[in-house]
Amino acid sequence: MEIVYALVLGILTASGTWLLLRPRTFQVLLGLSLLSYAVNLFIFAAGGLVIDAPPIITGVGTSDPGRFADPLPQSLVLTAIVIGFATTALSLVVLLALRGLTGTDHVDGQEGEP
Amino acid sequence: MNLWQHLPVLPILIPLAAAATMLLFAEPQRTPRLALAFASGLGQLAAAATLLYLTSDAVPQIWAQGIGTYTIGGWRAPFGIVLVVDCLSALMLALNALLALPVLVYSIARSDRLGVYYHPLLQFLLMGVNGAFLTGDVFNLFVFFEIVLAASYALLLHGAAAQRVKAALHFIVVNLSASFAFLLGIAMLYSALGTLNMADIAARWPELQGGNVGIAHAGAAILAIAFLVKAAGWPLNFWLPATYTAAHPAVAAIFSIATKIGVYATLRLSSLLGYSVTPLGGIWLFYGAIATMAFAILGILASRQLQRVAAFNVILSSGTMLAAIGLGPRPMIGPALFYLLGSVLASGALFMLTGMTERMRIMALETAYSPAAQPVTYSAFSVGEPPEPHAPDAEIGIAIPAAMAFLGLAFVCCTLLVTGMPPFAGFIGKLALLSGIFTSMSAGAAALRGWLFIGLLLMGGFAGLLALSRIGMRLFWSVTGRVTPRLRLIEAGPVAFLILSCVALTAAAGHVMTYVDSAAHMLNEPRTYIRAVLTDALEKAP
Repeated sequence: MEIVYALVLGILTASGTWLLLRPRTFQVLLGLSLLSYAVNLFIFAAGGLVIDAPPIITGVGTSDPGRFADPLPQSLVLTAIVIGFATTALSLVVLLALRGLTGTDHVDGQEGEP
Repeated sequence: MNLWQHLPVLPILIPLAAAATMLLFAEPQRTPRLALAFASGLGQLAAAATLLYLTSDAVPQIWAQGIGTYTIGGWRAPFGIVLVVDCLSALMLALNALLALPVLVYSIARSDRLGVYYHPLLQFLLMGVNGAFLTGDVFNLFVFFEIVLAASYALLLHGAAAQRVKAALHFIVVNLSASFAFLLGIAMLYSALGTLNMADIAARWPELQGGNVGIAHAGAAILAIAFLVKAAGWPLNFWLPATYTAAHPAVAAIFSIATKIGVYATLRLSSLLGYSVTPLGGIWLFYGAIATMAFAILGILASRQLQRVAAFNVILSSGTMLAAIGLGPRPMIGPALFYLLGSVLASGALFMLTGMTERMRIMALETAYSPAAQPVTYSAFSVGEPPEPHAPDAEIGIAIPAAMAFLGLAFVCCTLLVTGMPPFAGFIGKLALLSGIFTSMSAGAAALRGWLFIGLLLMGGFAGLLALSRIGMRLFWSVTGRVTPRLRLIEAGPVAFLILSCVALTAAAGHVMTYVDSAAHMLNEPRTYIRAVLTDALEKAP
């Protein structure tokens, strides 16, 4: 499972980075979204990848922490997703404003040298 | 029940409550918003002043050793989020409050009517900056960074001109990428150390074993990248000049402390980890900072606009701070903090002055307030009719006499301040830095690095003097195309206040130096901090 997970992260990061370096604002925005998926998955993996283990410790007699997933990275991911979502939404607004004010979707507000 | 123990959370709660309450008043109601903004500003100043007093070890029965902790929700420190006030935090809080008040007054004159929600956003920005200075938890630091950034994105767009929107897009993309780096660093630190509390990270750092050493070091390095983007360290600072030049002067003035939270975070983690982990400290940070200073000097010399010079000056002051942390830090931290105080106040004054001198050169500045740009924000937020785009100057406040004389005098004072010429605080800060460099060179730091730092420090002042006198000559001595602007007291007053507070800083240099030295002493002895955070929490646990 680890290798699949790592490959997914790698592909997401690589695609995100490539899109981030493109000249069109919408591509940059998509790149940021892909990067944020990669980062969120990375945080999730920071607690270790375990299968079939709940993050909530139930019952009194269960003192073995190995039977549970680490809940902290999951809550961190939740916070990171919310913040990332809000900032992405804001950059979408800025993108539209720039398009409206300059009439082009180039990140510099003007086309480069042909 | 001791009420004093709740003091550390006030600098976060006051602006939060003020901003939330302001939103209840619809846009045309300026008076309640302004009243709330001022109450909040004064409240923050009072809280910060009290914290300064308490951390200076004046009342040891409240906080032993001058370090206060506040466990949010009563959860014990390594598990819950903890706020920590030591000398450095209190100093930065006071600096923030001291800068925020003049900016608030200045923005009443015209800036707050260029767009909607100016005052709530400003309060959120202050809340984020205060929180970043207070928190003792890495993830919480990330959250406060994001609050600062979200507020500054919106403030940067304030008065939406095409140039501003373009700069804002670059600013958002760069800082969003930096936030991702921040998260990666946090995740790596957590997977290696199993904790997010800064004191706990420092306590567990020496016990790292095996593969975790590499992960933790890589995590710290990635975290440092994120901090350096915010602190404008070269080569991560190309976003700054355009952004700070495009921002409204009042907004740029408050941004000059927002950059310093990156420097603060670097200094805090660096000191907790014993200044040894690259690039949070040591030779990499030092050479990066030297490159930052060189970049800023070139930028200052190449700029033709006053606001651009001020923007590069912010980079220069960040570079100086980082170089001081990177060079054998122990004798350097105290002088660097003193330099920081003078430099932030001076950049704030310079940015605000820029807003007034620009009016003198081009009265056609109304492009920024052009009716084409206005409806975007106003209609989007459907807050009713926009107020008069450029309301007649006569309406608010008293105009001051001899506007040109005031502008000239303030310009000269600002020049002396930012370039570190006597008799102002900048000079004392630089002198202390120079003497710190000599101390650390005699204590064994490489002579080459010391001389490099000295050279750039002196050259920075010289370049600033050259560029500012060139701009000053063009502004004040050229006869053509100049209009004497009407300056109101609420615009000129804040600049005068900041300049006078720098004079006060010079006059009280002895006291301030004692305080920053004790702050530096605390940073150099991180065990006190670690013990205060981890054991206080244990004692308070039920």
